[in-house]
Amino acid sequence: MSDFLYFFTFQDSSIAFVVIGIILLGVGSAYVGTYSFLDKKALLGDAISHAVLPGICLGFILAGTKNPVYIVSGAFFSGALATFLTSWLRKNTRLSEDAIIASILSIFFGFGIVLLTVIQKSGNPEMAGLNQFIFGNAIAILEEDLWVYGGLAVFIILSLSIFQKEFSLLVFNAEYGKAIGYPMGLIRLIFNVLMILSVVIGIQAIGVVLMAALLITPGAAARFWTDKLGNLVILAGIFSAVSGVMGTYISFILPQMPTGPWVVVFLSFLALISFLFAPKRGVLSRFISRRSYLKKTHQDHLLKALYRALEAGKENLSIEEIYEAYPFQKKESDRSIDNLISNGLIIKNQSIISLTPKGKSESKRIVRLHRLWELYLNEYMNIAPDHVHDSAEKLEHILTPELEELLENRLNYPKLDPHQETIPRDHDEL
Amino acid sequence: MMSFDQNAFLIIFTASMISISCGLLGVFMMLRKMSMTGDAISHAVLPGIVIGFFVSGSQRGLEVIIGAGVLGILATLMIDWLRRKARVQLDASIGITFTLLFAIGIILINLLAYKVDLDQECVLYGEIAYLPIDLWITGGGQNMGPRIMYLALLNLILVGGFIFLFFKELTVTSFDENFSMVIGIPAGVINLGLMSMVSYTTVSSFEAVGAILVVALLVVPPATAFLWTKKLNQLIKITIGIGIGIAFLGYYLAYFFDSSIAGMVVSVAGIVFLASALYKSKLISNRFGTSTNQESFGN
Repeated sequence: MSDFLYFFTFQDSSIAFVVIGIILLGVGSAYVGTYSFLDKKALLGDAISHAVLPGICLGFILAGTKNPVYIVSGAFFSGALATFLTSWLRKNTRLSEDAIIASILSIFFGFGIVLLTVIQKSGNPEMAGLNQFIFGNAIAILEEDLWVYGGLAVFIILSLSIFQKEFSLLVFNAEYGKAIGYPMGLIRLIFNVLMILSVVIGIQAIGVVLMAALLITPGAAARFWTDKLGNLVILAGIFSAVSGVMGTYISFILPQMPTGPWVVVFLSFLALISFLFAPKRGVLSRFISRRSYLKKTHQDHLLKALYRALEAGKENLSIEEIYEAYPFQKKESDRSIDNLISNGLIIKNQSIISLTPKGKSESKRIVRLHRLWELYLNEYMNIAPDHVHDSAEKLEHILTPELEELLENRLNYPKLDPHQETIPRDHDEL
Repeated sequence: MMSFDQNAFLIIFTASMISISCGLLGVFMMLRKMSMTGDAISHAVLPGIVIGFFVSGSQRGLEVIIGAGVLGILATLMIDWLRRKARVQLDASIGITFTLLFAIGIILINLLAYKVDLDQECVLYGEIAYLPIDLWITGGGQNMGPRIMYLALLNLILVGGFIFLFFKELTVTSFDENFSMVIGIPAGVINLGLMSMVSYTTVSSFEAVGAILVVALLVVPPATAFLWTKKLNQLIKITIGIGIGIAFLGYYLAYFFDSSIAGMVVSVAGIVFLASALYKSKLISNRFGTSTNQESFGN
């Protein structure tokens, strides 16, 4: 607990630096990552983050120490080379995109490993710090590092905010952007530069192997909560910053723990919650709405069956007849009957089921929608009368009163559907 | 100084076997456009390796292979679940799955650091150079030769057998999943089988070349071969040829520069790949003449 207070009250200025750094880089990479996620290029971030390893090693060899400027420039150049090669291969070979990305990723990483072992055998005492770039160690961020990494993160966030319109065009409709005169090639280039920078600033804290998660996961998780680009970016930034701080806290209390893996675990946990429980898009809420939709369609079908019986001159249906009409759905039928009774739409008298006045008007409405839609398809879409039933069977549950009104108007309050059956109205007698 | 002695032969022989096993599987992964799934699996088996290690107490246990196999299949299922049930787009599903499982693996290594003899570096890039001194001693005390060589041989036999037995099924499901369903080949089962072989190959090779460099051997030789031919048989032959070639060159270059052998094998593969791409793209532009044609070909 005292560790907790010590960490989160920022008594130690170096902890404050680390936390500011991790929040900035988390927000920056989540911001870029959300765009590349929307562009369906999430795995390019993975390729870039593996591909910066040789650059880091070359920067180290040139500088002889862990100088952040050399390391960042080296990482940037090898990331840029990897991005360039990826798009060059896509244009000039028949290889599919995933094969290209996987090849570039592993070739650069392999070459990075070669350089790493060369440095290892050179016996440079500064070498010890270099391994941190593979799995990350946020606690080791120093004040001088913060100026470089934090400055770049702020630069990324500002550029994306200022040119939000241009980057949205790139992601959503690059062809349109080109047509209305935006230099899409240049915008793509700048976006790639920002993406490489966002990987580069993460390598110290998160490490090259897992940096991809910071680009991909926040955007994917936030997408479940909102449809608005502005909210999406903010939410992704929050997810990323929260996981970043939590991961840093873990490697503060357990010093041998690398930061990157913990950040990724927290981030994935937030993503999993989003996938399962987000309203509307989440697995759970889609399951519930599907269940209630199926229940409603079954009830609608029961009402329709009762109405058809009325048309045929039968005042009611026995429960056996209903079971027979929906074989293998006895339980669902029972549940639907109970629901309809409690809604006051039908009454059940010793296994004989008949419609109440309210039920009659509801069943008329469903049959009316069905037959109106059939007629509409037949008249306006020129679909043969024997092909319109299936579509109407689906839309009778969905059509709203406004659409019903429109259909009635368009069709001029018709009497008969394409099968020469009466389209029932509320005041009709049966 | 640079000689072709017994150690060199053993290392090159083992590295060739590993790259042939990976390449054979990689050809079918590439044809299914699942190269990145291979990448994901090879990262994702890490927690399985660590848990297997912990349970069996040594890296020789069957538990390690079982653990990795289970995790490999779990990763495939998780990608599938995210894509179909949670409706996350495919690239993001792959990215989320492998980063999470790899992160858990690294955390487990650190948690169990004092109990298992397994470090991050070994998992990442292996060390095939120690192969000649890591011997398989039988119960009777007889020296049978390098242990990893036998693992690689067994792996090659199983992978070769799998591909030989299911060649027709693998081919048909790679090119036309719907047709394969019509003629009664269960595409899902074949797919899961392929993924299990990839996981098993990853775990069998990780000691020698490291979990991440397995990806390179899975992807790069088939991709290079694909630049040269469109025929499946040719594709497999060229992939095997490249596998042996890069093992040979990689070993001697690593010897020369005093660096990681596995890393050098991959670097050589990368150079061959990029050189092939450059050569083939030039051929295309020569054949089609003017620059406008080249443009249209590019798009």
